Amino acid sequence: MSTTEAQSPAPVPVRRGEPLLRLEGIKKYFPITRGIIFQKRIGNVHAVDGVDLEIFPGETLGLVGETGCGKSTLARVVVRLHEASEGTITFEGRDITHLKGQDLRELRRDVQMVFQDPYASLNPRQTIGTIIGSPFRLHKTIQHGQIKGEVQQLMELVGLNPEHYNRFPHEFSGGQRQRIGVARALALRPKLIVCDEPVSALDVSIQAQILNLLDDLQRELNLTYLFIAHDLSVVKHVSDRVAVMYLGKIVETAEGQDLYRSPRHPYTGALLSAVPIADPFLAKQKRRIILEGDVPSPIDPPSGCRFHPRCPQTQALAKQQDLKDEYGSPLRFVPRCHDEEPILSDQGPGHTAACHFPIDTRIIPVDIDPKERGAPA
Amino acid sequence: MPEPLLEVEDLSVSFPTEDGLVKAVDHVSLSVTAGETLGVVGESGSGKSVTFLTVMGLTNRKAAIIEGKVLFQGVNLLDLPNDELQEFRGKKIGMVFQDPMTSLHPFYKVGDQIAETILAHQGISKKQAADQAVDMLRRVGIPKPAERAKQYPHEFSGGMRQRAMIAMALSLNPELLIADEPTTALDVTVQAQILELISRLKKEFNAAVVIITHDLGVVAEYCDDIQVMYAGKIVEQGFADDIYHRSEHPYTWGLLRSIPRVDVELDRLEPIRGLPPSLIHVPSGCSFHPRCPYAFERCIHEVPELLPTDGHHFTACHLPMGERQRIFSDEVEVHR
Repeated sequence: MSTTEAQSPAPVPVRRGEPLLRLEGIKKYFPITRGIIFQKRIGNVHAVDGVDLEIFPGETLGLVGETGCGKSTLARVVVRLHEASEGTITFEGRDITHLKGQDLRELRRDVQMVFQDPYASLNPRQTIGTIIGSPFRLHKTIQHGQIKGEVQQLMELVGLNPEHYNRFPHEFSGGQRQRIGVARALALRPKLIVCDEPVSALDVSIQAQILNLLDDLQRELNLTYLFIAHDLSVVKHVSDRVAVMYLGKIVETAEGQDLYRSPRHPYTGALLSAVPIADPFLAKQKRRIILEGDVPSPIDPPSGCRFHPRCPQTQALAKQQDLKDEYGSPLRFVPRCHDEEPILSDQGPGHTAACHFPIDTRIIPVDIDPKERGAPA
Repeated sequence: MPEPLLEVEDLSVSFPTEDGLVKAVDHVSLSVTAGETLGVVGESGSGKSVTFLTVMGLTNRKAAIIEGKVLFQGVNLLDLPNDELQEFRGKKIGMVFQDPMTSLHPFYKVGDQIAETILAHQGISKKQAADQAVDMLRRVGIPKPAERAKQYPHEFSGGMRQRAMIAMALSLNPELLIADEPTTALDVTVQAQILELISRLKKEFNAAVVIITHDLGVVAEYCDDIQVMYAGKIVEQGFADDIYHRSEHPYTWGLLRSIPRVDVELDRLEPIRGLPPSLIHVPSGCSFHPRCPYAFERCIHEVPELLPTDGHHFTACHLPMGERQRIFSDEVEVHR
């Protein structure tokens, strides 16, 4: 059965020169052990299970998925806070998978991270000046006497008042703290910034301010972002390309517009259908796919396509073909989804999806006349 | 017009602190009728949670200065002593709190925690209460409820804990369910499940529901009425359609424009400039004027009243009505 899959052409790469960052077959397993003295490995959490991705200079790659799909682990592997179990990470053509010591330290100048929780990622006992200035002190890129001036410039860049140099994190609101986190990440003029859910802890109005700030900085400083979030509307807004992750694997990648207009993987479809729309009329028009249950455990992921136990598409197909198992009771999936793992295959220019039976329905009504929308439902 | 279930009349709540008086809620009036869903929207610190904590009698009466009336089926809850209030709390009004990680006790089994609520209000045996708890878990869609009831909160995922919280809030069949940011900590898929669940249970139990949220996007589908709060005051209220399609308050416009949308292509978001005000030093006049792009002289000096614009739709803004409608259709609607 797999022959048809193998014959299909490889995904057409969108040419944008050399990728800044390339991930090949990245896996990250966390061991589960038993026993206190003689620890025995009894299993693995397959947090990231074979991810290939490319990020080109100057673009924003959005990575979406539910809690527990491995997106944060992948982020930490990219910035080398976790060591990859398998696979290679190439940054600017150089293999950085196993860098150590001085080399790793130099890499950190180019790759920085903005963390999710602005309350937990700043040391409450240090002043803002110390926090934003610490990259300079660690890397000694500038002379000690220049640090203060440099930090105040950074503060101005991210929209903080430079006079607040000596204040402590508790004196700032959530949005301002996230600006501090951004300033710290920018200090060494990195090329790639990994943003791990940078706005999910913030109010919508403040969220918009931070998203605009990230956008401005990208243009001004020619930054490349890996932007991770669970909120599809946020990801769509900031990203040039979007990758959807499910249980440690990428299931679909596409240009932002394309993904939202014609999702191919049923999981992407379900995610899209769950996004709230700030318009009562449109929200009622939307096709809604409610997924059953939670994401399965990454300790023992389902066989074949990992999404098949929750997949509305395979359920519908099995019902349509009236498939029965060996005992004669109706099957809830097509056997192929259970037996054979789908690989990422071409679904149009720059669009790949890992699915045996891709969907071609529109989830969200996109082009409805705004006048019609205002009409009372 | 059916009799409202909950009526809040001119409620003000303030907390004296060392730095001054914090005016958390400032002359708020609202009403909810059975079978109806009310959405209360505002940023952090707009007083939306305090309003409903006061309705539940959960603000410390010694620490807070409370004025006004909270009428539930005609009884003023603010006059009741704590033990009589207990008759309403839980039994007639259920509340789901924001953070499912911290609002369940980590040392007790989930089933026992739900049974405890039932036992506190109904004279039935422990066995019966435990059975009811399992039944509630089943009704909120938790698979294998009998096994799950014997587990501890840490064995539940975020969405399941939130379901357990809803099961607890609904276990006594309340007439009013207050959900304070019920989905903020959750994934979009789980968020959709929880909101569907609340609206299904609302029909099943014929309850009234209040959803408190900071995200206008979340409630569009589920609310009949929406109230927008800013700095302790209601600045706009109306049917959901009024708020999304005919909004007349600059703050609501700001909220609508800050939401990234999947269905519309936006070049740039337009956030509300500045930060929410301190509730100790609330700006003079219209409290939104320092952040409002349309503010003029009058806004600095005079507090705008909440006035009807048409029938059910109320707005507190000094801008002339025609001007507001023009700005909304020219500058807000086109961005969405």
